[in-house]
Amino acid sequence: MIPEVGQGATVVALLLALGGAVAAATGGRTGRGALVEAAQRAAVGVFALVTFCFALLTYAFLTFDFSVRYVASNTTLGTPFYYRITGVWGALEGSIILWAWMLALYTLVIVLRHRQNAREFYPWVLTAMLGVLSFFLLVMTFAAPPFERLTPVPADGRGLNPLLEDTGMITHPVALYLGFTGLTVPFAFALAALVTGRVGDTWITLTRRWTIVAWYFLSLGLLIGGWWSYHVLGWGGYWAWDPVENAAFMPWLAATAFLHSVMIQERRRMLKLWNISLIIMAFTLTLFGTFLTRSGVIASVHAFTQGAIGIMFLGFLALVLLVSLGLVALRWDALRAQGELDSVVSRESAFLLNNVMLVAAAFTVFFGTVFPLLSEAVRGVKVSVGAPFFNQVNIPLFLSLIFLMGVGPLIAWRRASADNLRRNFLWPVALGGLAAAVAFLVGVRPALAVLSFATTVFVTATIVLDFARATRARRRTGESLLPAMGGLLLRHNRRYGGFLVHLGVLVIAVGVTGSQAWSVQTETTLRRGEHAELAGYRVRFDGLSASEESNHAKVTGAFTVSNSRVLGVLRPAKKFYPQQQSPIAAVDYRLGLTEDVYLVLGDFARDGTEATVKLQVNRLVSWIWLGGVVITLGAGLAILPERKRPA
Amino acid sequence: MTRAWRWLIPLSAIPLLALLAYGFRTNPRDIPSPLVGRPAPAFVLTTFAGAPVSLEAHRGHVVVVNFWASWCYPACYEEAPVLERSWRAWGDRGVVVIGVDIQDKREAAEKFIRDFGLTFPNAQDLTGKVSVDFGVYGVPETFFIDRRGRIRAKHVGAVTDEIFRANVERLLAEPEDRPGPA
Repeated sequence: MIPEVGQGATVVALLLALGGAVAAATGGRTGRGALVEAAQRAAVGVFALVTFCFALLTYAFLTFDFSVRYVASNTTLGTPFYYRITGVWGALEGSIILWAWMLALYTLVIVLRHRQNAREFYPWVLTAMLGVLSFFLLVMTFAAPPFERLTPVPADGRGLNPLLEDTGMITHPVALYLGFTGLTVPFAFALAALVTGRVGDTWITLTRRWTIVAWYFLSLGLLIGGWWSYHVLGWGGYWAWDPVENAAFMPWLAATAFLHSVMIQERRRMLKLWNISLIIMAFTLTLFGTFLTRSGVIASVHAFTQGAIGIMFLGFLALVLLVSLGLVALRWDALRAQGELDSVVSRESAFLLNNVMLVAAAFTVFFGTVFPLLSEAVRGVKVSVGAPFFNQVNIPLFLSLIFLMGVGPLIAWRRASADNLRRNFLWPVALGGLAAAVAFLVGVRPALAVLSFATTVFVTATIVLDFARATRARRRTGESLLPAMGGLLLRHNRRYGGFLVHLGVLVIAVGVTGSQAWSVQTETTLRRGEHAELAGYRVRFDGLSASEESNHAKVTGAFTVSNSRVLGVLRPAKKFYPQQQSPIAAVDYRLGLTEDVYLVLGDFARDGTEATVKLQVNRLVSWIWLGGVVITLGAGLAILPERKRPA
Repeated sequence: MTRAWRWLIPLSAIPLLALLAYGFRTNPRDIPSPLVGRPAPAFVLTTFAGAPVSLEAHRGHVVVVNFWASWCYPACYEEAPVLERSWRAWGDRGVVVIGVDIQDKREAAEKFIRDFGLTFPNAQDLTGKVSVDFGVYGVPETFFIDRRGRIRAKHVGAVTDEIFRANVERLLAEPEDRPGPA
């Protein structure tokens, strides 16, 4: 039953979305409101249907309905309840459903929010949203059908990839897809602006908060992915420049550039063409990333299945690029910039520089990711591009970006006077220099680390200085300290939300710098009772124990960790899943603000007398996750509805 | 609008799209086996029916060794009918098919054999030694072994009728009584 009902609902949703897109476009062209209203109803209907499909698939997972191929491939009777729900989006077909559902949700919210306030854009925004949605429903219908029937019905299913049985893997795709699909909204408005020829700043004002939402979820998705990699994969790192990570990082870079460059258009009416290009780039990069990871074109540890889906994505990518760039060509004259840069020393140029670097970083990552393909096409040689390439090019770019983070928000628009520079940057530069000196004196040697810390202190100082000055100004009007600060945050929530996000990025920068510069590790084989030492920690091997879990067998080691006193027992394990060729390591760790003790169990003697263990002391990694919390607060603040500014 | 050059903007996307399209012609899963051309590792296993099955006993025949598992869905489910069909079709000409079930539960494997009505010898590799010797790192994998006992081809993923026929015909066409051990 479920396969047929699900397939039916998918097809109806597809037809409704296609019909809605055509109706909206026709309505937009002829100005017939009735057609737009029909498209609106179609959008609501599509949302209801996709929600139904999603619920139906979840139901099939919960009831172990192995007549659904996808359920059989991703659960076993032993899969715990929790992972049966999240298994819904654990593989290709389900992730497409999740994607379509989020897209439908965003479309619904557009209907609710922008029906009135974006009249001239509205039909075309609906056209674009429903058009993109149609594509995903088309994939769901033909290339990756989640409801395909399986005969004969197997007695048990295959089960989810065990690496995905983790809370990080539940939230990571959700956050990432909310980011990816969220970028569709500003893209749809950009297309609407191009079609209607109103390429001024209205579409940017309308989508400002949407862009922040998408950007925030993308950031969150990347961070959770890093956290998953750190605490599940057992190699002690959080980022490996794997093609799939790059696939998510490129749209983030483009979206970050867009988020900043739109401010120049709002303020100075400049960069129309640039902004349109950036959002087209960000959106197509989300498609490109999905194409990359779903098509099997580039080998990766994350590789999904190959097949028709890659060709469909490539076709859609081609359609989106040709249509949107064609529209850019059509509106070329209207898009040409009117403003001019007044001075190189100005906020505009700081923002522009920021954009150039972000786009350069995106290009580097893009180039490194597709280079293996290019090399094979041109020279017939398979090569792989590793982390050293990405690090070498990107570290200087990111350090400069952090520096600009301090300059951009404080330097004057148009032309910064010597007085403006002195007033805003004298103290921060001095503090940054002092930080470099102190870091050097206490023994920080890697030049990059010194530079990174100095830059971080400089930027933090600019933010603190700005906030302190603004608070002081309010206190002069008689407000006491806390209400002055709170009022400032709420009154200028966009500015200070942005600052808070910047602080979060700085916290992450400290974490990345520290973990790269000072993490240490050792690998050793211990007999029972023996201990290993690393960086002041002493790890004693106490023995092994075996256990049978609902869907795997587990061998757990016990290691007592101590420094001057006993800190506790860590229990890294190896899990043996019947479906997997090789066992999976379960890391155990003790997280700390300055350092984590991190243990991975390697080979062991069956009788439990000996075990190999990898011991790592990772410095400052927790700052990365803390930075995520700060970014969350900042993005939350920035997205609050803007208050009227005081006169 | 006289500036026709601006239409070059959308055209600039084409080289990139072409490169990506080229990607479909390559297969990142093409992993050659170092065992091809080498003698097949010998093994003796006990079939689900209880009979011994060994590679050695079939020297002089073209042997197809297929590694599978009941949880290997969908590929093993796709190829099971192909293997059974081919076994019946080529058996007269001295082609032997041996199924090796790895990392599996016995009941589930027996149900798999029953569901597909498999009649060629199938045995469980309980210790995993055979799959390690053959360098198997995923199921299904299929090895085509010539009359002299050498692995001549390895196929990763579900076997199709065409793949089976092409490999087996090539090996059958070779002279039967070339002397010498592998």
